[in-house]
Amino acid sequence: MIRADNLFKTFNRGTPLENPVLRGLSLTLENGQFVTVIGSNGAGKSTFLNAISGDITPDSGRLFIDGADVTRLNAWQRAGSVARVFQDPLAGTCEGLTIEENLALALQRGQRRGLGRAVRPSDRALFRDRLATLKLGLENRLGDRMGLLSGGQRQAVSLLMASLQPSKVLLLDEHTAALDPKTASFVMALTDTIVRENGLTALMVTHSMRQALDHGDRTVMLHQGRVVLDVAGEERARLDVPDLLHLFERTRGEQLDDDALLLG
Amino acid sequence: MTLIAFMGAMEIGLIFALVALGVLISFRILNFPDLTADGSFPLGGAVAATLIAGGHDPWLACAVAAAAGACAGWLTAWLHVRLGILQLLASILVMIALYSINLRIMGAPNVPLIGSPTVFAPLIDADGANAWLMQPALLATVVVVAKLALDAFFASQAGLSMRATGANARMARAQGISTDRMTLLGMALSNALIAVAGALYVQTQGGADVSMGIGTIVVGLAAVIIGETLLPAGSLWLITLGTVLGALLYRLLIALALNADFLGLQAQDLNLVTALLVGLALVLPRLKRSLRSGKRTAS
Ligand SMILES: Nc1ncnc2c1ncn2[C@@H]1O[C@H](COP(=O)(O)OP(=O)(O)OP(=O)(O)O)[C@@H](O)[C@H]1O
Ligand SMILES: [Mg+2]
Repeated sequence: MIRADNLFKTFNRGTPLENPVLRGLSLTLENGQFVTVIGSNGAGKSTFLNAISGDITPDSGRLFIDGADVTRLNAWQRAGSVARVFQDPLAGTCEGLTIEENLALALQRGQRRGLGRAVRPSDRALFRDRLATLKLGLENRLGDRMGLLSGGQRQAVSLLMASLQPSKVLLLDEHTAALDPKTASFVMALTDTIVRENGLTALMVTHSMRQALDHGDRTVMLHQGRVVLDVAGEERARLDVPDLLHLFERTRGEQLDDDALLLG
Repeated sequence: MTLIAFMGAMEIGLIFALVALGVLISFRILNFPDLTADGSFPLGGAVAATLIAGGHDPWLACAVAAAAGACAGWLTAWLHVRLGILQLLASILVMIALYSINLRIMGAPNVPLIGSPTVFAPLIDADGANAWLMQPALLATVVVVAKLALDAFFASQAGLSMRATGANARMARAQGISTDRMTLLGMALSNALIAVAGALYVQTQGGADVSMGIGTIVVGLAAVIIGETLLPAGSLWLITLGTVLGALLYRLLIALALNADFLGLQAQDLNLVTALLVGLALVLPRLKRSLRSGKRTAS
């Protein structure tokens, strides 16, 4: 279970650029829940995910993973509980290292690393099996440098990497935004499969309302660093994209232009 | 060039192969522009010369030199990761501090080692006739061991973590790697190698001098860059091999340039030749590329 409790974060405090991004954000994710997150640019979605992963430390508020307070832990100290796929396909992998070396790094996520071989023959067999499920022919290219792969292939491998080790939460920040529509839907289908098969708890940020409603089992909307909408179950099943937009307007009592929220 | 002159070039080339392997770790693997080398090379020399002159075992002297170099590298990394000082600046601070420290260690601007037992002494005849062969032979053994040990380390879990730290620090942290710790460790390893090179250097040159470190980093970088032009980028053992070969080729080119009478170059022109060679090695890949594309448009 992931619990964010009244998170506040202000960037550049005390300067003319002062920017309050998280303003009392609270959210609880039950185990096995797949939550989609929407909200306009600058709403604080990425900042929220960075706070969960430990890339940023909130000014106040607490973060609990399975009841343990992790608020003060660094990103690398939380890695055993948090898996993530970045928006930029370049960000989640090392392009100078080979496919198998990248997978080996992910296979040891959150574990002690000693002087044992990084890639053992048994690991290679595992990598080949897993890569074969992608049906991209990558199982025969273990020794290729990651930089040789296309953006879509890299995101697919990143997803695979995130699922090699058990995690308490999987963070996906617009992980299909840099891909063409066909590749994006391939990666989304893969996401659904991996989340379902591993019973993962996941948090996915998207700008597509369609994606937000079609995937996962709960949708939250962030606005100005707070949760303004939280729907699941029956209520969510009845929603369509225009309803979602309407709900948002009613909650905030203000008009949104189409630029702020891209309709999917 | 005579055989003796050739072996002399190889001898220094082998010593600088160790420097180059250290520079490879900082500049290429950790992506940390580090100039500490100009201080840690003479640091290794100062520590080793002082210990050997004081009657200590020369191998022990090399080990202590390595530890001293590791401390220097660790300090540079610490200034960066803990205090947030710019990498280049942190290394310059440590480098100039080491100049004073080296003088303190030696207690004088130079420490002669004439007649003191060195690591080479047990291999060399009483009249020193086979020194030209045995010194490079022992150094070659040290370099091969260092290269193979590095290859093994970088194929390990910890070694791969270090490579990930330099390649993509954010990704490395997301995988649970303490990039700070890896940077400290890698910089210590890099400068330990460079200090050992300094320790061996003073034993081939018959003494340590406080100014022996000037230009160390340039030579190390030259070797790395020549190695990269020599061999295609590939697995890490190929890169370390290229680095070692680059150091040897570099010293050979220097010796050839200084030996070619028609050029009229003398020993004091060494730094000028170095700068020219490094400049050439830097533009060579670009030159190769433009030549190739030029040919294509012509045909
Ligand atoms: N490290 C940082 N330093 C300073 N400001 C930051 C930092 N990270 C984010 N911000 C600012 O915080 C605000 C919210 O950013 P955030 O990335 O969380 O928004 P978002 O909801 O993910 O938006 P988008 O849909 O555009 O990705 C933005 O104004 C951004 O400029
Ligand atoms: Mg964002």
